[in-house]
Amino acid sequence: MSGVPLARTGGRSWRDWLLATAPASRRQARLGNWYRSWLAFRRNGLAMTGLAIVLLLIVVAAAAPLIASPDAAILQSLSDRLRPASAAHWFGTDELGRDIFARIVFGSRITLAIVAMVAAIVVPIGLGIGLPSGYFGGIVDAVLMRITDIFLAFPRLILALAFSAALGPGIRNAVIAIAITSWPPYARLARAETMTRRKAEFIQAAELQGASPLRILWLQILPLCLSSVIVRLTLDMAGIILTAAGLGFLGLGAQPPTPEWGAMISTGRDYLLDQWWVATIPGIAIFIVSLGFNLLGDGLRDVFDPRSG
Amino acid sequence: MIALQKVGVSFGTGATRIDAVRDVSFVVDAGESFGLVGESGSGKSTVLRAIAGLIAHARGDIALAGKPVGRRRSKADRKLVQMVFQDPYGSLHPEHTVDQILVDPIAIHRLGDAGRRVARALAEVGLGPEHRFRYPHQLSGGQRQRVAIARALILEPRILLLDEPTSALDVSVQAEILNLLTRLRREHGLTMLMVSHDLAVIAHLCERIAVMSHGAIVEQTTAERLATSTVDHPYTQELLRSNKGFRREEGEGLCPSTPAKADPLQSIT
Repeated sequence: MSGVPLARTGGRSWRDWLLATAPASRRQARLGNWYRSWLAFRRNGLAMTGLAIVLLLIVVAAAAPLIASPDAAILQSLSDRLRPASAAHWFGTDELGRDIFARIVFGSRITLAIVAMVAAIVVPIGLGIGLPSGYFGGIVDAVLMRITDIFLAFPRLILALAFSAALGPGIRNAVIAIAITSWPPYARLARAETMTRRKAEFIQAAELQGASPLRILWLQILPLCLSSVIVRLTLDMAGIILTAAGLGFLGLGAQPPTPEWGAMISTGRDYLLDQWWVATIPGIAIFIVSLGFNLLGDGLRDVFDPRSG
Repeated sequence: MIALQKVGVSFGTGATRIDAVRDVSFVVDAGESFGLVGESGSGKSTVLRAIAGLIAHARGDIALAGKPVGRRRSKADRKLVQMVFQDPYGSLHPEHTVDQILVDPIAIHRLGDAGRRVARALAEVGLGPEHRFRYPHQLSGGQRQRVAIARALILEPRILLLDEPTSALDVSVQAEILNLLTRLRREHGLTMLMVSHDLAVIAHLCERIAVMSHGAIVEQTTAERLATSTVDHPYTQELLRSNKGFRREEGEGLCPSTPAKADPLQSIT
């Protein structure tokens, strides 16, 4: 570390550029703002742990074929069934002789895909319902919120059961079922955030300048709602993962031979007493990833929540 | 430039209806600066908001530049009237840089040449290029209010509405902002309508003054007559006495225990 004074001054000027009190461009100002948030976030040890877990999940999912052989996750080898952990099979093998480590690694892709797809459906719907509801009020608010109430009344698992009965079980239908029952809290959150800002003077100033409602919602209100939505989403991730795993466990999510963690627990429960690792390893994976998202969410809330700073 | 004819504003309906403003009429000529004074709840800010088009007036007529206007305004009408709000901490978007705040109105009205316009607007209100990409939380209260004034002026309005633009600032900054407004009014030939409860501030900026109480104008007078205390209505006389900073010798007799508020007029003139 002592032989790189050049790199150190380079790093110093890069920091100075980010923390400049008089940024020279909009990009520099925004990056600087993010960097300040990052500095606050970095001080939170638990949140950094959460971030590390989530990053690990993303890296494992992205580099799965490099970490484990794709064949090992699918290939059945009945002579090697239910083997305990060994050098060849780090987490042992399941009832069909498949390598549990490889299945966990490839299962991370499914978990991440479910989480990403649910987020991609839930956030736009929640904001799309909540922002106009909070901004316009009156009849728009009443209609949109009653629709939200209706969706809030759907029991998640029962709806998923109905979905898989009607459309056939699978990850896609599980995602749709989770998304349909998950967006109402986002709509309510966005509505509440919008209502507290609707009468703000900067919104009135934008109205005075002739900004259209769409412009006000998009440029003025959305950026203010986004941080609390992101926090909420991160904290919900654990629940989404657990629900997806639960659907997999009930046989309504991913179908064999897809290495979905919930489905792995489901098949492993028959051997729980004698070959505990078959069900326990995917359980630990679900636990760690859920914990990671929760820690990350708590840290993000500490950084973003205006009430805490 | 601004003409109000028997304007009334109400909130609520039926038994809970409150007439915030009743039969307010006044005329402000082009280039003139007109003040509305009154205590909290007298309806002065409501009049301002009705003129700005932020709230609908129930009765009467408002005409701007000779044209009657309502709650719905065209972009051209919007460009004619801009407003500076009371609280510089609440009137700027917390997650927008000064640059974004100033570019947005240019984009709405498709004026073009945003970079030069923003630089000029900042220079006009006494801010430098170093302030351009800061966030509001990186600015002082006075600087924020300058940004708010720059935002109002960037559309080159002919009418500027001021809702207690200095009441959230400390006294020395108040004087700076008032001087800035005086200069901008001269340079741009602005018609100004200012609302304040502070007679000293109003008298500094405005030639003609209307006194409001309980939603109605009780007296229209001039800055000179306020300064010489030759006002007719008892409410105005009382208001004068309560603004002890304005007429210190009377104020001290009334309320010896409280120190007279520093007189912004003295620091300016």
